[in-house]
Amino acid sequence: MSNWIEIGRVSDIPRRGARCVNTPTGKIAIFRTAEDRIYAIENRCAHKGGPLSEGIVHGASVTCPLHNWVFDLESGQALGADEGQVKTFPVDVVDGRIFMAPDFMMEAAE
Amino acid sequence: MKQKLVVIGAGMASGRLLEHLFEDDPDAFDVTLFGAEPRGNYNRIMLSPVLAGEKTYEEIVTHDAAWYAGNGVHTRFGETITAIDRKSKVVLSRGGETPYDKLIIATGSAPFIIPIAGKELPGVMAFRDLDDVEAMVAAAGKPRAKAVVIGGGLLGLEAAAALRLRGMEVVVLHLMGHLMERQLDPAAGYLLQKELEGRGIKIHTKAQTKAILGHERVEAVALDDGTVYPADIVVMAVGIRPETRVATDAGLHVERGIVVSDQMVTSDPDILAVGECVEHERTVYGLVAPLYDMAKVAAKTLVKHDAAFRPVQTATQLKVTGVSLYSAGDFAEAEGREEIVLRDASSGVYKRLVLKDDKIVGAVLYGETGDGPWFFDMLRRGTDTRELRDTLIFGQAYQGGAQLDPMAAVAALPDEAEICGCNGVCKSKITSTITSKGLTTLDGVRAHTKASASCGTCTGLVEKLMVLTLGDSYNPAAIQPMCGCTDLGHDEVRRLIVAKELKSIPAVMQELEWKTSCGCAKCRPALNYYLVADWPGEYEDDGQSRFINERVHANIQKDGTYSVVPRMWGGMTNPRELRAIADVADKFHIPAVKVTGGQRIDLLGVKKEDLPGVWADLNAAGMVSGAAYAKGLRTVKTCVGSDWCRFGTQDSTGLGVRIEKFMWGAWTPAKVKMAVSGCPRNCAEATCKDVGVICVDSGYEIHFAGAAGLDIKGTEVLCHAKTEDEALEIIAALVQLYREQGRYLERIYKWAKRVGTDSIKANVVDDLEKRRHYFERFTYSQKFAQVDPWEERVNGKDAHEFEALAEFGMPVAAE
Ligand code: SRM
Ligand SMILES: Cc1cc2nc3c(=O)[nH]c(=O)nc-3n(C[C@H](O)[C@H](O)[C@H](O)COP(=O)(O)OP(=O)(O)OC[C@H]3O[C@@H](n4cnc5c(N)ncnc54)[C@H](O)[C@@H]3O)c2cc1C
Ligand code: SF4
Ligand code: FES
Repeated sequence: MSNWIEIGRVSDIPRRGARCVNTPTGKIAIFRTAEDRIYAIENRCAHKGGPLSEGIVHGASVTCPLHNWVFDLESGQALGADEGQVKTFPVDVVDGRIFMAPDFMMEAAE
Repeated sequence: MKQKLVVIGAGMASGRLLEHLFEDDPDAFDVTLFGAEPRGNYNRIMLSPVLAGEKTYEEIVTHDAAWYAGNGVHTRFGETITAIDRKSKVVLSRGGETPYDKLIIATGSAPFIIPIAGKELPGVMAFRDLDDVEAMVAAAGKPRAKAVVIGGGLLGLEAAAALRLRGMEVVVLHLMGHLMERQLDPAAGYLLQKELEGRGIKIHTKAQTKAILGHERVEAVALDDGTVYPADIVVMAVGIRPETRVATDAGLHVERGIVVSDQMVTSDPDILAVGECVEHERTVYGLVAPLYDMAKVAAKTLVKHDAAFRPVQTATQLKVTGVSLYSAGDFAEAEGREEIVLRDASSGVYKRLVLKDDKIVGAVLYGETGDGPWFFDMLRRGTDTRELRDTLIFGQAYQGGAQLDPMAAVAALPDEAEICGCNGVCKSKITSTITSKGLTTLDGVRAHTKASASCGTCTGLVEKLMVLTLGDSYNPAAIQPMCGCTDLGHDEVRRLIVAKELKSIPAVMQELEWKTSCGCAKCRPALNYYLVADWPGEYEDDGQSRFINERVHANIQKDGTYSVVPRMWGGMTNPRELRAIADVADKFHIPAVKVTGGQRIDLLGVKKEDLPGVWADLNAAGMVSGAAYAKGLRTVKTCVGSDWCRFGTQDSTGLGVRIEKFMWGAWTPAKVKMAVSGCPRNCAEATCKDVGVICVDSGYEIHFAGAAGLDIKGTEVLCHAKTEDEALEIIAALVQLYREQGRYLERIYKWAKRVGTDSIKANVVDDLEKRRHYFERFTYSQKFAQVDPWEERVNGKDAHEFEALAEFGMPVAAE
């Protein structure tokens, strides 16, 4: 296991909600589903850059707040008729703490 | 000479390991077994029934003195290993040094004790071994003794149920929003909570424990929200940590657990590890099934047979007598996954299967778990379920037999079969009434037979009878379902929320048999509104089911910034407010200030993290949120009226301000905009609003159902009012009727078209008693609605919305 960095606790994020991690290269949205799964994706909608962290979370998907595209949190793929993908990042949860690999900061806005 | 095998830990994994070892080669090793507990191996799982008084300790012992003697095991119980000296290959304990050729670490887990004040007070205990159980049983002996269990997971709930059976008053504190969140989805968590509450256990979710209080011993537990629960004992069941201390000290590779290979060998080839203390492929296990596999593999490795441990899926069952609950695999939703949900509200059954590529990957069963093992078996084998798909969720009993066609099943019901339990209506009564009265609609059947007119759970059956009787001329699909998560329409859902007193989103989803586990972006905001409107003061708003604007009380813009619109009551402002707006725009570098089409000022381009600061300054100047984002009361535009205008007949500005002050904060199905004009010249454009007032010499002409957005439509006249008081009462009653009948996102003009102007007039104009009644309901609900959302957030509410979870440093500038 590489050297993972703790970014916060599961309980810091509302269930069916998201919060952002600010990195020098952009924001990463950390989602928590109703079932306490944690996902990290780039906070920029593939459509027109909407902040996905502000969307409504249902199942393991989020609906973009700007024009209602729906993305799968696991794969970053747009669902339904829309086509596009957002970047996803690996996360690990241990005892309610969320960890990310440090390379995520470099990747965020590539 | 026999090799020396030393085992650290006499728990479930090591007991099983020794059994396999003696089977594989009884003479290979001379075994010494150390255990920190003053007793040998027993079935730890069964401590719950022991605590509940359903079993005795003797019944759960797995290996007794005779077994150890028969297999030549030297037992050293009550002796903790304090260190491993890998160079000299000895372990250290109170009894001195013990040499080994091969060493097994099977130290299990240690309960996690949350680091809060008072955690070391006598009376605070974990739930891990027999000593804990004995301490709890002793405490329960005292009459009316109180227990607080921290942790609503498997262990905590088993403890809570057992202590309750022993007569204690039990409170469970759970950090998360629903019980057993790692094994259950919210729907099943809701059912479990209902069941346990029914047994007299108090459940407090979202509970942040602040401190354990007491002098000599524990007396109470205090939460962050101020609640204090008295307690004679506190049971901490918040989780476990792999017990790795001796391994870490000995310099073995340890991450979360002791890292082992597929052969269960640690980073030292002479040391193996098994059980909960182990980490294999970055996974640690907390249930026995995989630990038993580990034990088998480790035994083989010791006698030099090939074997490899492979990760396994685990299934969980709660061992509380009378509760049936089964959970296995991964039940999160994700792309490419489909779910099949079966809810039977009348018998409290909930079943959910998650499939990927036609294979079961997860299952949650509540209320009826007989098919758990069958599903789990398919899950483990990766069985292709395509053939079974239609009836899969009904379980094994349905398979292989005739295809279960719901229509055929209804057709086969005998004439006297009861269809509607509430009103005692049988099948033939419904079919014969349909024919004799020539009924073609569900409402018609309800009116004439009463079937499906009460709780509504038999609606599906009644509709099938209609299809059977009327053939294609009846089309139940004519009712537009709310969304893909349900077959019910908005009206049906609203009616049932009230009739069945459903007061939370999981309750609605369970009782109305939602087809998805947590809804979607369409139904959740609608349900949240219906519950807010129908249960003022009781329902706790669910922010995560609101669109972002209503969650952060500002309007999101295309670049992710926000706009802020403070209220200007009736379009009136003053120098103080204008100065505050100007100052705030300067201070927070707000790029645009605009006069809106609704007679107020919009600050555009505010950064999200600045919102609380902007609001604090606006609040300080006496301004509150203009709700420019809300499905709720927006603006009340006015003209200058009799105060200034030479044609003004009444104080239109004053009435507008009064209406806005009385009605702000109210949530409505869609936005509500109003206007008051001082005379029929109508400078406030009142005749294209949701509600408009035209002042005339004799009083107030009340208009409604106008539109000037996507559609253009002049208002209709509702009635004439003589006084301001009367006008206000009629408008509030009208809005309340709309709040109770409107479908989510349906503007007033669409609602009026659907229900008919006459029925609206009948309720709020002609029948004075009804009008009063709606007015009072509106007034009551305003008690809870008129809280400025900005002020709440300035004071810290939902702080998580405005702060990043984490910040990572900016790189040093390149120049
Ligand atoms: C700011 C404002 C435009 C302006 O600069 O003047 C405005 C801005 C928006 N309007 Fe409007 N409307 C504004 C007055 C109006 C008016 C005029 C009025 O209120 O007298 C109308 C026509 C009357 C009506 O509501 O029917 C109007 C009809 C709409 C509609 C169409 C509604 C409909 O049912 O037909 C939408 C879309 C919707 O709500 O779905 C809309 C939606 C919007 C949204 C919320 C678009 C969006 O979803 O982001 C815009 C938000 C921008 C923001 O952040 O401020 N806006 N919008 C006006 C704010 C008034 C206020 O003080 O609260
Ligand atoms: C109340 C309860 C109910 C449970 N219900 C279930 C269930 O329904 N289903 C299920 O699958 N699992 C259940 N579990 C979990 C299951 O009991 C554990 O997964 C299992 O016991 C772990 O086995 P183990 O051998 O790794 O550790 P343990 O059984 O904990 O054994 C480890 C032993 O090592 C001893 N030890 C630790 N350090 C030292 C040392 N330095 N020197 C000497 N000895 C040491 C400990 O005292 C302990 O006796 C339950 C657990 C509890 C407590
Ligand atoms: S008319 Fe309203 S919704 Fe359309 S661009 Fe202008 S402000 Fe936005
Ligand atoms: S920016 Fe996300 S849907 Fe348009």
